[in-house]
Amino acid sequence: MIGQLNKEMVQYVTPEGYLTEQGRSCWRALPDESKLQFYRWMTMVRLFDRRAVLLQRQGRIGTYAPLEGQEAAQVGSALALSQADWIFPSYREHGVAMVAGMPLSQIFLYWMGRVEGCEAPEGVRLMPPYVPIATQIPQAVGAAWAAKLRGEESVAVAYFGDGATSEGDFHEGCNFAGVFQVPVILFCQNNGYAISVPFSRQSATETVAEKTAAYAFEGVRVDGNDVLAVYDAMRQAVAKAKTGGGPTLIEAVTYRKGSHTTADDAKRYRPEAEVKEWVEQKDPLQRYVRLLKAEGLLSDADESAWEAECKERIDLGIREAESATPPPATHMFEHVYAQMGPNEWRQRQQCEQGGGQVG
Amino acid sequence: MKQLTLVQAINDALRVALEHDPRVIVLGEDVGRNGGVFRATEGLWETFGDDRVIDTPLAEAGIVGTSIGMAINGLKPVAEIQFLSFIYPGIEQIITHAARLRTRTQGNHPASLVIRAPYGGGIRAPELHCDSTESLFVHIPGLKVVTPATPRDAKGLLLAAINDPDPVIYLEPMRLYRSVREEVPEGWVEVPLGKARKVREGDELTVIAWGAMVPVASEAALQWERQGVSCDVIDLRSLYPLDEETIIESVKKTGRVVIVHEAPKTAGLGAELTALINEQAFLYLEAPVARVTGYDVPVPMYALEDAFRPDVKRVSQAIEQVLAFE
Ligand SMILES: Cc1ncc(C[n+]2csc(CCOP(=O)(O)OP(=O)(O)O)c2C)c(N)n1
Ligand SMILES: [Mg+2]
Repeated sequence: MIGQLNKEMVQYVTPEGYLTEQGRSCWRALPDESKLQFYRWMTMVRLFDRRAVLLQRQGRIGTYAPLEGQEAAQVGSALALSQADWIFPSYREHGVAMVAGMPLSQIFLYWMGRVEGCEAPEGVRLMPPYVPIATQIPQAVGAAWAAKLRGEESVAVAYFGDGATSEGDFHEGCNFAGVFQVPVILFCQNNGYAISVPFSRQSATETVAEKTAAYAFEGVRVDGNDVLAVYDAMRQAVAKAKTGGGPTLIEAVTYRKGSHTTADDAKRYRPEAEVKEWVEQKDPLQRYVRLLKAEGLLSDADESAWEAECKERIDLGIREAESATPPPATHMFEHVYAQMGPNEWRQRQQCEQGGGQVG
Repeated sequence: MKQLTLVQAINDALRVALEHDPRVIVLGEDVGRNGGVFRATEGLWETFGDDRVIDTPLAEAGIVGTSIGMAINGLKPVAEIQFLSFIYPGIEQIITHAARLRTRTQGNHPASLVIRAPYGGGIRAPELHCDSTESLFVHIPGLKVVTPATPRDAKGLLLAAINDPDPVIYLEPMRLYRSVREEVPEGWVEVPLGKARKVREGDELTVIAWGAMVPVASEAALQWERQGVSCDVIDLRSLYPLDEETIIESVKKTGRVVIVHEAPKTAGLGAELTALINEQAFLYLEAPVARVTGYDVPVPMYALEDAFRPDVKRVSQAIEQVLAFE
C-alpha cells in the first residue's frame, strides 16, 4: 500500500499451526517439496545456531550473534530469492547465508575471526556480514539501481534490524530507492530490540512498515515467525521489483529467543513473561512442524532422521573450519590494494620477520 | 579509597559528575537500563532516572548532533558512542560543528561536551569493532583528545574532560577495561588535560605510548632495565593538547626515542610526535626516532590481531635497534 499507513500484520499460519484463509490459498499452490524445504532449512538453521552458541561457550569460536527465533524470517525470505539476486546481510543472517549457498564451514570460520569466512563461493551473490548498523542499506539500493541501469533481471536485498531504522543510512537508502524506483527489497527483522533498547525507544511510529509512506513505496508487515507468510511476501516483492514495480520494505515481526550476542545478557532488559510468550507460544519452527504433521507431510521419524542429517552436516562444517590451515600473519597484507605498493611490501616483510619495524 | 578497574573508575566518574553537576546528561545506545555494553554506565539510570541517563535511538549522527544542541542550550552532555569503530556517522557533527562552534559563534556557543568511546583491539571482538582512529580527531583543530591507561587516570581525565569548556573526545582502551585494579580517590578528582604521566624513569631511551600500548611499552622497558638499560616511559594520556614539555625534556635527556601506537603507521600520531621532536630537540637526538605501530592494513579480524598489534617483542626489538644506532 503506497502512501498509506499500513499497520496490519499478515499471517498465514497461526501460532497454533493452523492456516488462515489467506494462508490456505498460498499453501494449495505450493508443491510438497517446497513445503518441506521450509521445514528442513529452519531445522538446519536452528541446530546450527544452537551448536554455534555451544562452540562459543567452549572457546572454539569468538563472540557470536545467535538468531534462534528468527528462522522463519530468514529462511522464508531467502528461499524466495534466486541466484541472480544480491544479498546484503547483517551479522545475524547465518540462516540467510546458508540458504543462499554459503558453506557452513565458512560461517564458522567467520566467527573464528578468520577473514576467509567472509568469502562466498563463486556464483553466490552474498556480501560479508555488515557489522556497522544500516550501512548495507544504501549499498543494496545501489546494487539494485545498477541492475536497473544495466538491464539485469535481479533484485538486491538488504537485511537489517529494527534498530537500523534509526540510522541516517536507512532513511537515505529508502529515499534513493523511492526516487529512483530501484528493484530493492528492504527486509527488516523487527525483533523488538536493538541490544537492550526496545523498538518504542527506537521509533515513535508503531511499525517499521508505515515508514515507507514517507518515501512513497510499499511497506508490508508480516508475522516474521510465519515462514509461509514471509515467503509469500518476499516472493511478491521480488516479482514486483523484477517487473519494474520498484522497492518494497518488508517488516518481519519476530523475536530473538536468546541474547543479542554471546557477550550479552538479555535478562537484564527483557521481561521474563514476554520472553516466555515468544518462546513457548510463538515459535516459528514449532508451529510449522504442527502444520506439516497435521497435513500428513511429516512424521516423527522423518523429523529425527532430518535432525540427525543436519547434525552430521554441522559436524562436518565444524571439522572443515577447524582443520582449515590458518593463513600466515602476512595474510593481512593481501587484498588491501589491487597491487601491493612499496610501503605495504616493506611492512609485510617486517611482519614476516615477526616484528621490529624501525625505519 | 576504593580498588577499581578502569571501567569501574569511568562509572565512578560519571556518577560523581551526575551528582555534582545538574547540567550533566549521559546519553547513548544501551547506556540506561542495560548499563552500557561494557557496564560503564551500570546503575546510573537506576539512580538518576530517565532524564539524565538516556537510552537513545541507534544513530550516532543523532547522538552527537543532539548533544551539541544540548550543550548550546545549557546542558553538559557526556555522550557514549558504543565503539569508536561506529562513530563515523557522527563524524560530520564532530568535525564540522563540535570542533568549530566556538570559532563560528565567536565564543558565544561553544560545544562543550564529552564523547566517550571504547577503542582498539586485544579483546577478540567481532569484525570491525577495533579501530584505533585517534589521529582522525587529533588532526581536527578545536577538539581535545584524551585516553587513560590506568583506573585513576580514567576517573581524573573524565572529570577534567567534563569540566573542560571545549569538546573532548575521551577514548577508552577496551583491552584495559578490566586488566588491572588500583586505588582510585573518591569524589571529584581531576587529572589535568595536556599533562603526560611518567610510567618509568630512565636515562637511555624514551618510550612514548598511550592507551592499551602503555603496559606493552612499560613491560618492554622493564625487560631492558633488567639488562641494565633504563628507559623513560611516557604515557601521553592527552593526545591533544600534547604535553610538549614532558616529551621534549625526556628526549633531551635520552636522545633516543621509540613511539608505540596501535593505529596504522601512516599519518598516525607517531608521525606528529616525530615532527615535534625534530622541531624542538633535533640536536639532542642520537638516533632516528623509531615507530612501532599497527601495520598499514585494515585492522584484521581477531585471528590475526595479535600479529597486527604491537607487542612486547616488537617494542623490545625497536629499543634494541635504536640503542644500537651510532
Ligand atoms: C553504527 C553502529 N552503531 C552501533 C553498533 C553497535 N550495535 C551492534 S548491534 C546493535 C543493535 C542492533 O539492533 P537491530 O538493528 O535491531 O538488529 P538486531 O541486533 O536486533 O538483529 C548495536 C547498537 C553498530 N554495530 N553499528
Ligand atoms: Mg532488533
